[in-house]
Amino acid sequence: MIEIKDLHKSYKVGKNSLHVLKGINFSVKEGELVSIMGSSGSGKSTLLNILGMLDEAEKGTYHLDGVEIKNLSEKIAANYRNKFLGFIFQSFNLINYKNALDNVALPLYYQNVKRKERTEIAMSYLEKVGLAQWAKHLPTELSGGQKQRVAIARALAGQPKVILADELTGALDSTTSYEIMELIQEINDEGKTILVVTHEDDIAHMTKRIVNLRDGIIIDDRKVDQVKAKAHV
Amino acid sequence: MFSIERWSEVFEAISKNKLRTFLTGFSVSIGILILVLLLGVGEGMKNGIELQFAQDAQNRVQIWSGVTTVEYKGLNPGRRVQFKNKDYDLVTKNYGDDLEYKSSTYQRWVNVFSYKENTSSYRIEGVLPDYQFLENAGIIQGRFINQQDQDRYTKNVVIGKKVRNELFKTENPLGKLIKSNGVNYKVVGVFQDPGGDREESRVFFPLSTMQKIYGAGNDISNISFTLPKAATYEEAVKKSTALVGEIETLLKARHSVAPEDTSGVNYFNSIAEAKKFYDLMANMNLFFWFVGIASLLAGIIGVSNIMLIIVKERTKEIGIRKALGAQPSSIIWMILHESIFVTAISGFTGLILGLLLLEAVGSAIQTEFISNPEVNLNVAISTVIVLVVSGAIAGFFPARRGAKIKPIVALREE
Ligand SMILES: Nc1ncnc2c1ncn2[C@@H]1O[C@H](COP(=O)(O)OP(=O)(O)O)[C@@H](O)[C@H]1O
Ligand SMILES: [Mg+2]
Repeated sequence: MIEIKDLHKSYKVGKNSLHVLKGINFSVKEGELVSIMGSSGSGKSTLLNILGMLDEAEKGTYHLDGVEIKNLSEKIAANYRNKFLGFIFQSFNLINYKNALDNVALPLYYQNVKRKERTEIAMSYLEKVGLAQWAKHLPTELSGGQKQRVAIARALAGQPKVILADELTGALDSTTSYEIMELIQEINDEGKTILVVTHEDDIAHMTKRIVNLRDGIIIDDRKVDQVKAKAHV
Repeated sequence: MFSIERWSEVFEAISKNKLRTFLTGFSVSIGILILVLLLGVGEGMKNGIELQFAQDAQNRVQIWSGVTTVEYKGLNPGRRVQFKNKDYDLVTKNYGDDLEYKSSTYQRWVNVFSYKENTSSYRIEGVLPDYQFLENAGIIQGRFINQQDQDRYTKNVVIGKKVRNELFKTENPLGKLIKSNGVNYKVVGVFQDPGGDREESRVFFPLSTMQKIYGAGNDISNISFTLPKAATYEEAVKKSTALVGEIETLLKARHSVAPEDTSGVNYFNSIAEAKKFYDLMANMNLFFWFVGIASLLAGIIGVSNIMLIIVKERTKEIGIRKALGAQPSSIIWMILHESIFVTAISGFTGLILGLLLLEAVGSAIQTEFISNPEVNLNVAISTVIVLVVSGAIAGFFPARRGAKIKPIVALREE
């Protein structure tokens, strides 16, 4: 599903150049639930942003579902994001003047799905994350955990091939975090490919594979015995 | 481009962001409102000045005598000059071919007139038949003074509409006798005058009759005439100025008034005066257009400023939308569509408010120089359209900049 080779990325900071990713090689197969671990500033988000086509690498190759991602125009990048990817952010990134239902329906708007159908699909995903009765509520009226559930429903709504989640539990208390991870495991069990960036060990162990990042290179990449979040809730 | 989907998306953004919508709309509305008021007052001033000149025929010249101020040919200053019938005859004999309508008049102060129990006082003027056209007086009943009246010293009079309304109420005045100083005069006509009440509260006598009754002999108060239409306005001004100069010289010579004396012989050349006013009006129009365009520009700058703020404010949202797959063009259209819609609605709101306001206070600001303040609707609507289009163009650049922001940069925005 994801195939990257010798990926490099550096940022310009003043006159200096900060080399963040120094040759990353890894691949993710369909249906995997992978966590990218590493201390703060190790380049996890940078890697995820490149995978999400929100940012570009300066060296290396990236294939997503067999399609080479390279020198994309804005238009094509937007199109690929829309079709292939679902994002979950630490700070939820919901549109604050849209209610839960309309937020979930937004990726479908950009897939040119008609309003009625959009609403039906969005509603079914809200049901899936257990928020059907909150459909008409604005994000400001929801708790952190509820907001993240809406974001997960939104990430699923466009039926992407891969879901990318950056510190999705970073703004939540541990109980809520485990509830969210339970949902993630559930979705993964249904076959969705999911990449989770985290610096928390317990969260990482709820995935099936941990990739350890330090100083811009992968120092460790191994399968783990998945801890079911349900046991902790 | 203007799909229902986008409309509903725009309506949602507008209805959920009322303050933003209000601020955009308010500045546009105010701009248009001011413009409409400005154009209205400008138009009112133009109408007012035109009305001033509509009172009398536009190419009219009036000459009257006064008191000398300069010693000349052994005559002391301070001498009263009196025009006689002879002066009028001489002018018409020498220049008759150059004149269109002509009349000498004899004027008195107000006189008391009565009909039955109704009594009131009016100005009276002894005039010749042509005077009707010199005054722009329109006969609405009967006829004007004619040559027979003049030749036979008849006691026929023509009264203004106001005189009729006051003395006769609803009664038909034609053929009725009105009394003044014990003498009966027969009403043969009623006139109206674009000058309104003031001009319409006059009574016209045959000149000869009036000179006789008031023992004025051959005295006349003034000589009035109009010039035939010339091909161009400039030519008309030139011709009448030249002619008036000649007549002035002639009359001054006859009455031994110094050529440089500006008081012994006086004249009013309305076409030359009108030209001054029209020149002034043209300048004023220019000024109003200048202010109008300036306020339009201010409106456009205002709209693009607000657009800039809107884009800044929506950066995070733009980032989210782009992460979810929004095309850059879709972002641009989202912003433009909203701004065009809001600008158009508030532009027309300002337009309608302005028109209503003009309607409401229009009569209150009515003065001698402002009449019928109104706006050419075409100009006003074009203004709104120009504002909307320029607003869209001015707004396009911030919108495009917003669409170009990289999603990761936009998402970092708080
Ligand atoms: N836009 C940027 N410009 C400059 N430096 C950046 C930028 N984004 C991230 N960095 C730097 O790159 C390094 C990796 O950042 P990041 O990928 O966000 O780390 P992580 O998500 O693992 O905490 C950090 O040192 C960070 O300061
Ligand atoms: Mg990070």
